[in-house]
Amino acid sequence: MVRVVFTANLQRHLPVEPLEVPGDTLREVLEAVFARHPRLRGYVLDDQGCLRRHVNIFVDGQLLRDRHGLGDSVRSGSELYVMQALSGG
Amino acid sequence: MSRGKPRRAAAKKPATPRLLVATRKGLFLLSARGQAKNKLGGGWSVARSAFLGEPVSMALHDPRDGTLYAALHLGHFGSKLHRSRDDGKTWEECAAPVYPAGATAAGRPEGPDAPPPPLEPASLEMVWSLETGAPGEPGVLWAGTIPGGLFRSPDRGNTWALNTGLWDHPQRSKWTGGGYDHAGIHSIAVHPRNPGHLTVAVSSGGVWASEDAGATWAPRTKGMRAGYVPPEQSELPEFQDPHHLVQCPASPDHLWVQHHNGIFRSGDGGRLWHEISAKPSTFGFAVAVHPQDPNTAWFVPAVADQCRVPVGGRLVVNRTHDGGRSFTALHRGLPQRHAYDLVYRHGLAIDDSGDRLAMGSTTGGLWSSADGGASWQTVSASLPPIFAVRFMS
Repeated sequence: MVRVVFTANLQRHLPVEPLEVPGDTLREVLEAVFARHPRLRGYVLDDQGCLRRHVNIFVDGQLLRDRHGLGDSVRSGSELYVMQALSGG
Repeated sequence: MSRGKPRRAAAKKPATPRLLVATRKGLFLLSARGQAKNKLGGGWSVARSAFLGEPVSMALHDPRDGTLYAALHLGHFGSKLHRSRDDGKTWEECAAPVYPAGATAAGRPEGPDAPPPPLEPASLEMVWSLETGAPGEPGVLWAGTIPGGLFRSPDRGNTWALNTGLWDHPQRSKWTGGGYDHAGIHSIAVHPRNPGHLTVAVSSGGVWASEDAGATWAPRTKGMRAGYVPPEQSELPEFQDPHHLVQCPASPDHLWVQHHNGIFRSGDGGRLWHEISAKPSTFGFAVAVHPQDPNTAWFVPAVADQCRVPVGGRLVVNRTHDGGRSFTALHRGLPQRHAYDLVYRHGLAIDDSGDRLAMGSTTGGLWSSADGGASWQTVSASLPPIFAVRFMS
């Protein structure tokens, strides 16, 4: 199982508690998360299924590599942080 | 009241004027009646606020069922749509328009003679316009989006579908970004008596009309000109940058456009446009048309493309009563010294009577008029930058 934690900034739009889901890739993990929280998909991914430009995901402290395909590997026990990138003013 | 006599209907009180103000930092619902502690100028009060701190790109009040809609433009998490069925007391998120898998849109070109820019995956960047369907189509909504999409909802925003007639039009690939990286649809006019007749305006991509409920579309830009491309291309539809298009509800063939290059009007549904001269300037973004009189329209002039501030630091509203033959620069009650307010395309609103106007600026100024613009009252000088102002009818 992979533990997924969401930025506090997301909570004011869509409250999501940290949760544990299965998956071997980032895509699989996120799909498992969206199965529980369907509205969350549009907050994390764009219309074409890529990671939103101003959202970042860290897997065990490392920034993801594949923003389009979300093919980064994860392992059981991994911790995944969905964060907002710094932007705006 | 004596028994047996039919009860006389009480005279209907005029509805309390209400105003939606969509800003960079929230949505404000203003009422002409309200608590003293929430009072602003001009007799208006803040009845409610919502989404404080969040950019609200557009708001809509549906007079058919009273629902309010607010489009959020969240910096990190994308554009979202919310609705309220209780006058803004509570809000729920509904569906936002979503581009179908594989949809693409052209990026920004290097210049008029440069090769076409590569196509980029299309994803909702912003809900730029939001309109109700015709009076006889309850629940139907239209949304104009960046990049270049026209979406229809048949069910009050529960679901949306991209209008493929316009999206798949070969000329759509020639649309380019105006103020944003991608082209967008900011004006949607639904013919009040013929819901299948739609007119939209695109920055930058011209004016388009459909008379078969959106199945097929044709450009309607004849008579317009673009001064920012080589002369031989200046009349091409895709280079026209209408900043805003409005339709006279009582006379729907009469359209007005505040274009990047000036003011244009049409009396035949956009088949032919006539350029209008006006002082102090014909540059600007906003236009409003009188709901009953197609010859009366208002504009908010700025110096020029390269200097988007009021001429001479004096904020005026330019009004014509004669179809654009003459204009009066109305200024009573508006700042006349060192005013640098710009009024965006959705920042000038008129109510159903045609008497009451409201105007909000990029520097957070909000003014209202109850006499057709002859005089104005300052509602606030310290709101967040204002994207859109609309009366609730």
